[in-house]
Amino acid sequence: MGKKILLEHIDVPGIETYDVYRKQGGYTAVEKALKTMSPDGVVEEVKKAGMRGRGGAGFPMGMKWSFLAKPEGIPRYLVCNADESEPGTFKDHYLMKNIPHLLIEGMIISSYALGANKSFIYVRGELMYVIRILEKAIAEAKAAGFLGKNILGSGYDLELVVHPGGGAYICGEETALLESLEGKRGNPRNKPPFPAVKGLYQCPTVVNNVESIATAGWIVNNGGDAYAAIGIGRSSGTKLISASGHIKKPGVYEIELGVPVEEFIYSDEWCGGIRDGHHLKALVAGGSSVPILPANLITKLANGEPRLMTYESLSDGGFQTGTMLGSGGFIVFDETACVVRNTWNFSRFYHHESCGQCSPCREGTGWMEKVLHRIEYGHGSMHDIDLLVDVSKKIEGNTICPLGDAAAWPVASAIRHFRDEFEWHITNPSEATKPGAVFKGDMALV
Amino acid sequence: MTETPTTVEFTPERLTIAQEMIARYPQGRQKSALLPLLHLAQEQWGWLSPEVMDYVGRMLDIQAIEVYEVATFYTMFHLDPVGKHVIEYCRTGPCCLMGGEEVYDYLKQKLGIQAGQTTPDQQFTLKEVECLAACGMGPVFQIREKYYMHLTRERVDEIIEELSR
Amino acid sequence: MEDIKPQLFKVTIDGIEVEVEPGTTILQAARKIGGDVAPPAMCYYQPLKGSGGKCRACLVRVAAGSGKDPRPMPKLVASCITPVQDGMIVENSTNEQVLTTRKAIVEFLLINHPLDCPVCDQAGECDLQNFAFNHGMATTRYEEERRTFEKQDIGPYIQLHMTRCILCYRCVYTADQITQKRVHGVLGRGDASEISTYIEKAIDNDFSGNVIDVCPVGALTDKTYRFKNRVWFTKPVDAHRDCPTCSGKTTVWYRGDEVIRVTARKNEWNEVTEFICNTCRFEKKKTSDWVIEGPTKISRSSVISANKYRADTIKPDFQKKLAAATYTHVDDERDTSQLGIQQLPPERFAPVLPHANDPEP
Repeated sequence: MGKKILLEHIDVPGIETYDVYRKQGGYTAVEKALKTMSPDGVVEEVKKAGMRGRGGAGFPMGMKWSFLAKPEGIPRYLVCNADESEPGTFKDHYLMKNIPHLLIEGMIISSYALGANKSFIYVRGELMYVIRILEKAIAEAKAAGFLGKNILGSGYDLELVVHPGGGAYICGEETALLESLEGKRGNPRNKPPFPAVKGLYQCPTVVNNVESIATAGWIVNNGGDAYAAIGIGRSSGTKLISASGHIKKPGVYEIELGVPVEEFIYSDEWCGGIRDGHHLKALVAGGSSVPILPANLITKLANGEPRLMTYESLSDGGFQTGTMLGSGGFIVFDETACVVRNTWNFSRFYHHESCGQCSPCREGTGWMEKVLHRIEYGHGSMHDIDLLVDVSKKIEGNTICPLGDAAAWPVASAIRHFRDEFEWHITNPSEATKPGAVFKGDMALV
Repeated sequence: MTETPTTVEFTPERLTIAQEMIARYPQGRQKSALLPLLHLAQEQWGWLSPEVMDYVGRMLDIQAIEVYEVATFYTMFHLDPVGKHVIEYCRTGPCCLMGGEEVYDYLKQKLGIQAGQTTPDQQFTLKEVECLAACGMGPVFQIREKYYMHLTRERVDEIIEELSR
Repeated sequence: MEDIKPQLFKVTIDGIEVEVEPGTTILQAARKIGGDVAPPAMCYYQPLKGSGGKCRACLVRVAAGSGKDPRPMPKLVASCITPVQDGMIVENSTNEQVLTTRKAIVEFLLINHPLDCPVCDQAGECDLQNFAFNHGMATTRYEEERRTFEKQDIGPYIQLHMTRCILCYRCVYTADQITQKRVHGVLGRGDASEISTYIEKAIDNDFSGNVIDVCPVGALTDKTYRFKNRVWFTKPVDAHRDCPTCSGKTTVWYRGDEVIRVTARKNEWNEVTEFICNTCRFEKKKTSDWVIEGPTKISRSSVISANKYRADTIKPDFQKKLAAATYTHVDDERDTSQLGIQQLPPERFAPVLPHANDPEP
């Protein structure tokens, strides 16, 4: 289970430089693609690989590429979404900072496949130091002839631009990102039209996550079939998992999709288990927006089979007993964590990050945060719990972009699985508001 | 209406960078350079005064309100004067699981200010921010471009001392 | 000639079939049918390009995407921005989920909006008031503090009361599309967003007054008219003048013999048909300035249209509340019978409406 595609050379000293990266076989995929493959040939391989977008939504990348409109005489754009901001997710940060050339190489191949001559990497502004690393890598690649005019004599031109965000989670939503890239507020657009038809500057555009694009090089070198052979079924390939919370070894891990969740948490190869003397209480498996799972639903499916790190297995049971792989932001909670406080914290995040454009999200996220704050600080009443469920339902599915759903799911799932903890906060306010107080009820711990 | 005289200007080095930034985007799409220029401006002046925003707007040939709309949307821009060091600490879930709240309380107590405030000597401004994408290394704060990770009370003491020198 | 006509799409909305041109939105198709079949719209505004999609008041269910692909759409869609397909089947007022969601949208729009229609100058011609009356609940579940702002003058003619704003963006589109320079916009983010000029600036151009007409609520009001009267005591007439700046076609609002305000003309969906200039709007307040054409046909959605808020259409809870409220009686000789608002006599507003106690001139 140790196949590495992205992080194979992560420990090689100097891998952030062009020379070392090149020595490790870097940019051979660009050579192969530009010299021996047609753009459509590259798209074909990516389709065969069956890789699903690694930003969170999991839409197959090859299919997204094939939707790109190609009207004559109108430029097409590739935009890399490096606005990584989903709480619990820090894999793109890690990847870009440590192996910037992997992304640059992927950008060249992907741009070639899509026929884009100017491509953008939209990096969240907080990562200004990573932007400088990427700009240096781009300069190196350009000096080596992999960027600019007539790359490797192929007649193909490409320019890469790194664009800083300004501090807005919503810009991770692809149309908000495009608005932001155009110098505007990050208000998501109404869809249709989709970016594949009218994207950046109203031109056909593909937006892909860092991890997705960084995989393109390996797929070109090894073929889509080889990629599809890794993983299980529709969850092909490897996935970067950002592991955080109450585990012994937080960090970014590349796993083959299909590793059992239990193994991922407890094996020394990955998280190394729950920190000493503590027990697993809950898990947010794919970034803060996915439903939280209680201990008894984490490692096993409802039918008793082991739960695996795949798109399908994590979502097994729907929202009743399942969750989502999402962006791979794997947040582990032990029994010292207060679910009510954490839910309020996440809710505050979505309230803070709502763009404010559509009414259910603008008003609903703030409302949920205020009610949760009330409960957490000992002023809640029992009907607040049902109110929260109701408000979350009325946001879900009714907004312009998925932020509404992302705000609703954590609240609804926390109440679904930890209702007794919410009730305890309401019925025991003096106890619950003591510093560090956590509900001890009869919750299942593993 | 008389225009107020404009004394706001980028340094020659930054002016070159600014022009280079504008040239990155396709013809007629110079508004795309707004976020990069606002970052550059904040680097020079520390915060974005209306005069600075107006200056950036003129550089890009866009209306002033278009700059205000953008600058107020994105949380990285300081719209009021700040101290020499702006400490932006992550208040989101994963950092809090790692003891963030305690560390930040200590930080506030040490500096004697709350989030959104500046110390009387204008050395430190505290700003609460959301997830900085370093959850496995929490608690985290950021000062300018630098990330400070795995924060503890002791680390906070060291960092503040280092910056106060 | 028969064969050069564009092929029309057949759409069924709430069981009623209508034929529309390709590219028509669901909302426009529904308006063609009219009545309750037309979804409410708080942000969409046909004359303004790019408007719509934001308030979610017009969400409908698409039960069949098209004749060719009759699968339903998975989520409710914003009818104002979703184009119809041939054979599409849409459910608006006949769908429970749509109506429940609409109730929720009213609730969301009202949690940060003051519930004080009696003191608001927009009352009686407020889209939000109508929307809440038609689709909302009689009570609020919101116990938290509402956001409030100070009233702000943006120039000599317009007052902004951000507290009432529902962030429809219509005024922003108006300034963008019909004036040379936009000095106000949406600042901030999320529920802290606000319409503002950022630094104190007057909105001063020939067409600035139109932001008042497009505002669905009482956030942008005409300072030359504010609290001069209640809209249901006024008599609107269509009038025109020879104006060098705009079409000069307006609605002139009378109270007795006095012109108390001038607005653009609106269609039955409360949308301006032709934007007018500030001179016509703010400075021509004499009958002699105008050529009167005749009484204005009142929008179906206005309180001053016949019997809009009659007691027998008021929901039970609301009626109970009205009965429980105490009002001071004031003598009022004004004949309001023709306006159909006798069920909500003006004296009911006396405690909160200072000028209602003023003696008649």
